[in-house]
Amino acid sequence: MASIPEDATSPSPVATPPAPTVRRVVYRHTLPLRIMHWINAICLLILLGSGLQIFNAHPALYWGHASHFDHPWLSLGATRTGDGRLRGVAQLGSHRFDTTGWFGVSKMHGQPTVRGFPAWATIPGPQWLAMGRAWHFFFAWIFVLNGVCFFTYALWTRHLTRDLVPTRHDWRGIGRSIIEHALLRHPKGEAALRYNVLQRLAYLAVIFLFGGGVVLMGLAMSPRMDSVLGWLVDAVGGRQSARSIHFLFAMGFIAFFLIHIFEVVVTGVGNNLRSIITGRYAIESEARDETHQ
Amino acid sequence: MKLINKRRRFLRDALALTGAVALGGCDKLSETQWAPKVLGSATGLSHATQRVLSRDAMAREYSEADISPVFRPNGSTHPQSAEYRALAADGFRDYRLGVGGLVAHPLSLSLDNLRALPNRTQITRHDCVEGWSVIGKWTGVQLSRVLKMAQPTKLARYVVFRCYDQMDDDSEYYESLGFDDAYHPQTLLAWALNGSTLPIPNGAPLRLRVPRQLGYKMAKYLRRIDLVDSFKHIEGGRGGYWEDQGYQWYAGI
Repeated sequence: MASIPEDATSPSPVATPPAPTVRRVVYRHTLPLRIMHWINAICLLILLGSGLQIFNAHPALYWGHASHFDHPWLSLGATRTGDGRLRGVAQLGSHRFDTTGWFGVSKMHGQPTVRGFPAWATIPGPQWLAMGRAWHFFFAWIFVLNGVCFFTYALWTRHLTRDLVPTRHDWRGIGRSIIEHALLRHPKGEAALRYNVLQRLAYLAVIFLFGGGVVLMGLAMSPRMDSVLGWLVDAVGGRQSARSIHFLFAMGFIAFFLIHIFEVVVTGVGNNLRSIITGRYAIESEARDETHQ
Repeated sequence: MKLINKRRRFLRDALALTGAVALGGCDKLSETQWAPKVLGSATGLSHATQRVLSRDAMAREYSEADISPVFRPNGSTHPQSAEYRALAADGFRDYRLGVGGLVAHPLSLSLDNLRALPNRTQITRHDCVEGWSVIGKWTGVQLSRVLKMAQPTKLARYVVFRCYDQMDDDSEYYESLGFDDAYHPQTLLAWALNGSTLPIPNGAPLRLRVPRQLGYKMAKYLRRIDLVDSFKHIEGGRGGYWEDQGYQWYAGI
């Protein structure tokens, strides 16, 4: 996030006496960051869809080194009712939920079909493990290489230390920031140019905890890599635990994605989208602020 | 203002279109000839990287306490060919493992011959491509020992395993390994599981163990082993039954 004012004063066409505000367009996101953002978005979309396809090959998760088939902590299965109809059953711990239409049983070509996640959520749509793996491992490489590029770039340009790591002042304002987020009150004007503390923490967690974690847990599932990553596999409790955690990080990405989209929409979808595509972000600031520049 | 609205609408439409193309496009691309090849090329990179990172490192070996109560069999569990059933009916007394192809000394080994060779027991994890794992104790002869007896010629590059089990399309199961995996100390021709004679659902009388790869590499019901310079002309040409169905030849990931 390079908050370098471009054409410092480009008065808004509607800037007439009653509201003495000035619309200023700043160059917010540099080209490399914009490119990496979209590569990352495409990778995550495909990794998620193909990952759910792979999950569907055995829609159950366990803790430990091996699968205790009678005791998954999560499973998306199916049962048949007395009148022969298929019902989807999600089991989480000792709880069972009817999830027909969503998990366990969902429609494919109009027919109720036994499958963990529905066809619209998987890549490819039909049950096709070999192809799901092909998509997953190809885009996993791009995701990792893109991540390495981002990290190098963010360190080099100090994007990481300047824009992402919270300052001491940020930490002190965390309580207020939480309240403001809850009330959907977002910083305006100049203040909107810098990431707020919750935003910084969310980005750091997603990049390093979710991003790093999901890759490491993926590697921990590889039988070949386990010959040198035994310590990592043991640290999380075994290969099946690694598979579970890999899945949970993926769910974490979905949660982040939903919040991310929500925040983009409530803080101005057009402005935000333009800034992540063209780099240009508009802020309204009071005209008198301009004199301090 | 008008221009800005137009631009906004364009951005929004472009984004929605990208999303739709991404999801629908993946299905269409999967059906093409070229896209799966491009996607599959990543496995070559994974194989090369993992080979450099792990070399001859040993797969984790577990303790007796970790052994799974049931070693879940998958794929074929009861081969139906007359030849196999006749062998099984007799407790595999007449079974012979043929070793041939590009070797100096073709072999024909009975189970007693194999059991008389120095053996190795290992408690290792079996990872299925579907995602589940089970742990079992395997006893057998190292493949490297049998290969040294047969002496592959200089031309040999792959070890091909031919099996007794017939698949849905009537072709017989087969698999293949490169020499790095074939000569790995934990690569076994196993005849015992958890201290007992190998049960039929798990691949009796002899199956391959390659603990650093996924289950589909570990051919069951071994009939013979051939040393070849290329597997292009064998069955579907991709080095294994599941490989011919689109799975990757390298299954270390």
